[in-house]
Amino acid sequence: MKPLLKVENLHTEFRTDEGTVKAVDGISFQVRAGETVCIVGESGCGKSVTAMSMMGLVEEPAGKVTGGAIAFGDDDLLRLGKHELRTIRGHEMAMIFQEPMSSLNPVLKIGEQIMEPLMLHLKLKKKEAAARAVELIRQVGISRPEQIAGSYPHELSGGMLQRIMIAIAVSCSPKLLIADEPTTALDVTIQAQILDMLRTFKESSGMSLLLITHDLGVVAEMADYVIVMYSGKIVEEGEVTALFANPKHPYTQGLLKSKPVMGQRTEELYSIPGQVPDPLDLTPSCYFHDRCEHCMDVCVSREPLLQPLGNGQKAACWLYEEAAIHV
Amino acid sequence: MRVETVLTKASTKRSRERRSSLLGQSLRKLMHNKLAVAGFAVVVFMTLLCFIGPLFSPYTDNKINMAMMNKAPSLKHWLGTDALGRDIMTRVMQAGRISLTVGLASMLLSVFLGALLGAISGYYRGITDQIIMRIADLLMTVPNLPLLFIFGAMLSEWKVPTDYRMYLVMLMLSAVNWPGMARMVRGQMLSLREREFMQAAEVLGLRPRRKLLHHLLPNIVPLLIVMATLNIGGAILSESVLSFFGLGVMPPTPTWGNMIDAANNMIDFQNHPWLWIPPGVSIFATVIAINIFGDGLRDVLDPKQKR
Repeated sequence: MKPLLKVENLHTEFRTDEGTVKAVDGISFQVRAGETVCIVGESGCGKSVTAMSMMGLVEEPAGKVTGGAIAFGDDDLLRLGKHELRTIRGHEMAMIFQEPMSSLNPVLKIGEQIMEPLMLHLKLKKKEAAARAVELIRQVGISRPEQIAGSYPHELSGGMLQRIMIAIAVSCSPKLLIADEPTTALDVTIQAQILDMLRTFKESSGMSLLLITHDLGVVAEMADYVIVMYSGKIVEEGEVTALFANPKHPYTQGLLKSKPVMGQRTEELYSIPGQVPDPLDLTPSCYFHDRCEHCMDVCVSREPLLQPLGNGQKAACWLYEEAAIHV
Repeated sequence: MRVETVLTKASTKRSRERRSSLLGQSLRKLMHNKLAVAGFAVVVFMTLLCFIGPLFSPYTDNKINMAMMNKAPSLKHWLGTDALGRDIMTRVMQAGRISLTVGLASMLLSVFLGALLGAISGYYRGITDQIIMRIADLLMTVPNLPLLFIFGAMLSEWKVPTDYRMYLVMLMLSAVNWPGMARMVRGQMLSLREREFMQAAEVLGLRPRRKLLHHLLPNIVPLLIVMATLNIGGAILSESVLSFFGLGVMPPTPTWGNMIDAANNMIDFQNHPWLWIPPGVSIFATVIAINIFGDGLRDVLDPKQKR
């Protein structure tokens, strides 16, 4: 079956005074209908830029998608005209942002903001849209929906606002929902509720979910397929159970090791030593080499490619390439 | 138990308050500013006086009465009469109608122009922005008063009928006032368009015009209200200056400005102060009241922008 979304060799660059930053450097992945794919990685690894590139939010002249293709259904999102892109965005493809507090227009009522895509994409009349908006607010689990529809964003809590964002995003039954760290700004109990809600919507409507997060707990709970990014590249990907049970790339291993385990108290939580490399002076190498405990000569001078390792798992690491050659 | 009831009562009261509109909240805050309320009261009083007052006056503004020339204030003529025997009180009220209307209309026009052009410039940027802002710069490089004088002199030169002059004066005042307005709006737009909620609107697939008019403009309404209020005062002043120099609205149509023209005559200035003090006081009171009210409004609506 043809995947719903197929990203191929995507490159996104930002021009700065010091030089060009390759924020996303040749990544490829796909999302099948009804599947949840998680992109994990630490801050600055290019997760959000990937989402922004897909939504056409990378604004020139500061940044530019310099290469690759994003196939969504039969369209290539990177080659669509503004008008065609507009009919897809918000309709077949929706996005939720990290900060619910700043993602809603402060001077428009909640109801009006939910009605906006309904009237635009589904061509609903104002009255129908208003009724549908109230219904959507009820669906995301907020009581007194009529009253909420008439209030302003500053009158609601962050968790409620993120529910509203979800209501707006799912209002036109999109085929793909991109959620860029949807729970990062919320406290833990609300996080669970929001994730639950996303899962419910996904199951009832059959939409696909591309979840961007740095929280491995979220990944474990939500994902079917996991993509681990580091410095703009995919370093490892695989089915969630396989990847969690048997992480191959030293970076993924480090990430999983640095996760606190409930009920266990250790003296000090493991952390991967070192810092993310400066994106301005990257040379062909494994970008993780200076933080890796298995670093070899080849890691410093040549870039490892993403290799299938059986089990549906892939990793970009010389450890396995060497092994593959020897066997 | 009792504490709880008190608490729930308090919270329902608060939630009822919170539910009221932003406008309601702002109005409540404004009511606490005594000076602004006083300013508003003066403006309302002047407006009512000018628009309703003449209806109760036994005189009409242009009725000439040679028997009653330059009479000092009396019970019959509260503010005296002028050189043609016309009742000053009635003329001041009639003049106020014109001055206030000119101020209001030119404000509306310049706010409309300024907001629209500024918003377009800040939102679309690029070449559109360049063209609009260079025109604005051009108008702003010349001081307003000389520019208005030139316009006024041109009107006189072309012998524009007096009836039309009032409307042309409104246009002139808007023409010199919109650039400042447009700049402010443009600046706001440039910062607002980068905010996260506009990205969210972009992701919804909204059309640029919808985003501009329905999502961005409402965000600058407070700024517009404040600028508009302060602008009326300025427009009234400019109109008075023009009319004082005989380049604005022409007699016999009275405006506060052309009535003060009487002060140009040394004899009238010294011997007949009732000719120029009433219109002068009217301008002074109205403009200062509008400015005080505008300042109060700014404190409420736009707390970030304090002088």
